[in-house]
Amino acid sequence: MSRLQVVSGKGGTGKTTVAAALALALATEGKRTLLVEVEGRQGIAQLFETEALPYEERKIAVAPGGGEVYALAIDPELALLDYLQMFYKLGGAGRALKKLGAIDFATTIAPGLRDVLLTGKACEAVRRKDRSGRFAYDYVVMDAPPTGRITRFLNVNDEVAGLAKIGPIHNQAQAVMRVLKSPETAVHLVTLLEEMPVQETADGIAELRAARLPVGRVIVNMVRPEVLDAADLELVRTVERSSVAQALSAAGLGGARRGGNAEKLVDPLLDQAAEYAERYALEQEQRTVLGELDLPLHELPLLAEGMDLAGLYELATELRKQGLS
Amino acid sequence: MSADPAEAQNAAPHQDAARPRLSPARVLDVDPLLDDPKTRIVVCCGAGGVGKTTTAAALGLRAAERGRKVVVLTIDPAKRLAQSMGIDSLDNVPRRVKGTEGDGELHAMMLDMKRTFDEVVEAHADRERAAAILANPFYQSLSAGFAGTQEYMAMEKLGQLRAKDEWDLIVVDTPPSRSALDFLDAPKRLGSFLDGRLIRLLTAPAKLGGRAGMAFLNVGMSMMTGTLGKLLGGQLLKDVQTFVAAMDTTFGGFRTRADATYKLLQAPGTAFLVVAAPERDALREAAYFVERLAAEDMPLMGLVLNRVHGSGAGRLSAERALAAAENLEDPRIVDQGDGKAGLRNSPDTYGSSGTHAAEEPARPATETAAQPTAETTAEAEAPSAAETAATASAEGSPADTERSVDRLTAGLLRLHADRMQLLSREQRTRGRFTARHPEVAVVEVPALPGDVHDLVGLRDIGDRLAAGRPEHT
Repeated sequence: MSRLQVVSGKGGTGKTTVAAALALALATEGKRTLLVEVEGRQGIAQLFETEALPYEERKIAVAPGGGEVYALAIDPELALLDYLQMFYKLGGAGRALKKLGAIDFATTIAPGLRDVLLTGKACEAVRRKDRSGRFAYDYVVMDAPPTGRITRFLNVNDEVAGLAKIGPIHNQAQAVMRVLKSPETAVHLVTLLEEMPVQETADGIAELRAARLPVGRVIVNMVRPEVLDAADLELVRTVERSSVAQALSAAGLGGARRGGNAEKLVDPLLDQAAEYAERYALEQEQRTVLGELDLPLHELPLLAEGMDLAGLYELATELRKQGLS
Repeated sequence: MSADPAEAQNAAPHQDAARPRLSPARVLDVDPLLDDPKTRIVVCCGAGGVGKTTTAAALGLRAAERGRKVVVLTIDPAKRLAQSMGIDSLDNVPRRVKGTEGDGELHAMMLDMKRTFDEVVEAHADRERAAAILANPFYQSLSAGFAGTQEYMAMEKLGQLRAKDEWDLIVVDTPPSRSALDFLDAPKRLGSFLDGRLIRLLTAPAKLGGRAGMAFLNVGMSMMTGTLGKLLGGQLLKDVQTFVAAMDTTFGGFRTRADATYKLLQAPGTAFLVVAAPERDALREAAYFVERLAAEDMPLMGLVLNRVHGSGAGRLSAERALAAAENLEDPRIVDQGDGKAGLRNSPDTYGSSGTHAAEEPARPATETAAQPTAETTAEAEAPSAAETAATASAEGSPADTERSVDRLTAGLLRLHADRMQLLSREQRTRGRFTARHPEVAVVEVPALPGDVHDLVGLRDIGDRLAAGRPEHT
């Protein structure tokens, strides 16, 4: 199991949720994981129902069996100041630079620089060891930028090559790339069973593979329960309205005769089934496309009551059941 | 769904009791907005993944078919939608969309952010200088990747389209930002960054240093260029300096341009529509955006609530549907005394053996395999099944069919229970938004089971947009 688990996905597919659930799943049985956020959205804090995360590693959850989840929201400006401090012992000058807007400037003008700082911080956490020589974290899970930008984000080496050919940032990029392209890393993509996210997932995987970044798994999120199966849907198309009315009536929903309460339910219920059938067909189509990607495929259920902390534990359990941790 | 009592009940506890209103929300009527010749720009904004692009395209089509000359600027349309509109080729100019009805015209384009940036450069610099800028690595990284460039270029393109004055209505889709607010903030951020103090420091240190009192800046600057130079290997900074110098002398400040487009958004004739789905996060974004637009003096016309679910059987509650489904699935309950068999064969029913026979071929394979057991159990448990069997053909096994119809009906009821639960969640979420912003007019667009990818689908959405009514009005 790779120690750096990167989770990406099209916007709106719930990648932050999946990343958090994965961090929880990996933390069970006394393990310690770090959940890293890189886009400054404070999505992790929202999910775990805590106040905004500072730029420091902080315990945010306890997993079943005594494991711990830490979280870190990486702020690229502060990360750059960290580096400047590390390499140049800037002290007060660092603050002056910040005041001048130089830090903002530096992290803004060069998207590559920004990305090196973000991935660099995550890789540092992956490699960090405590005094006894044990890894500080068993796993690091990164809530990464969306699929459309993930390859560019992770492929910092190429990105920075054009900008910084020498110097500490260049060296940093090299070190980061060694971790990211190794089996130590796995990039997972979160999708929905809808046309656009699936297309974007397929494109993203092709890009990751072309950049020789290690693709992990595809996680289909928010999968609706199968209320009617293929056989039911076949029957929906041919069934007599009257026999459905009779069944409804038998179930205690009123008269089956024309105009009876049960009879009046038949059309709306069959309409809903037809809508379901249409979506079902589209979803099956997308499943086929995902199947052709030749990657381990996992499905997480849509939580009927919306996403909350309890739901997160539920998803973590599901991930464990499916062998993701 | 509007007259449905069950829904009214669901929504009622979430209305703001302290401030009773005659109608829970104002209804957004899109047609007068689209028809008004004074409406020149409609901006569709909202969080990603709520159907902004589809809404923008549907509004554009509707306006065109109501006689206006419209251009729709889309940012990141789904492939098939783009293909159906003939805008999947990336030439960054509007194309006439074929197949529209009526006197108006619909043009559409898909934003190519890099190309738009390139064009700005080419339009304002002589050829040699433009070539130098386009080849600059810093420019390349900025124009292709900088978060905010897309928003900035969308605004730039909007400004260009408006300046051309070829269309009397421009409908703009906004970039799929992580936050709806990015659309307003990013251009300014990029503009002020490109036009900012620091860039000027970098490009004209001598000028500034010469002035008294600016010396400290110069010190800061040399320290900064020194540090950044070391950090980035020097080359980048040089590239930035060349880039900014080239840009600076060829056309006016970026901030000025960003400000001009910003003003355009505040001008009369511009209307904002916030697009959302009845989900917690999307509506929270929408609320932020509504507040922000008000703060910026930008005219909000209303909220388009996409993907709202309804039910033709709203009277049947989720609880009753589930209970009924259980009745059908549990033979011990169903077959007791005057259970289903009796009801089924009561004079009221009009099902006949003929219909059962007709259903036979449709029976799923698994049911067929299980047939002998199912048939015998059914007969043993339901005495009146024999009656049905007698009128049916010998190999028809109507009890078996009945069983699969029961199973299906139970499924239909469960599906309905899910729908009703979804509906009440959506009502709650919407109620929260309305309580916070009762002043915002709302139009609801029913959820469609599939994606929209042709003009017929867009027209349908347009009709729904125009006919949409929030409930109880």
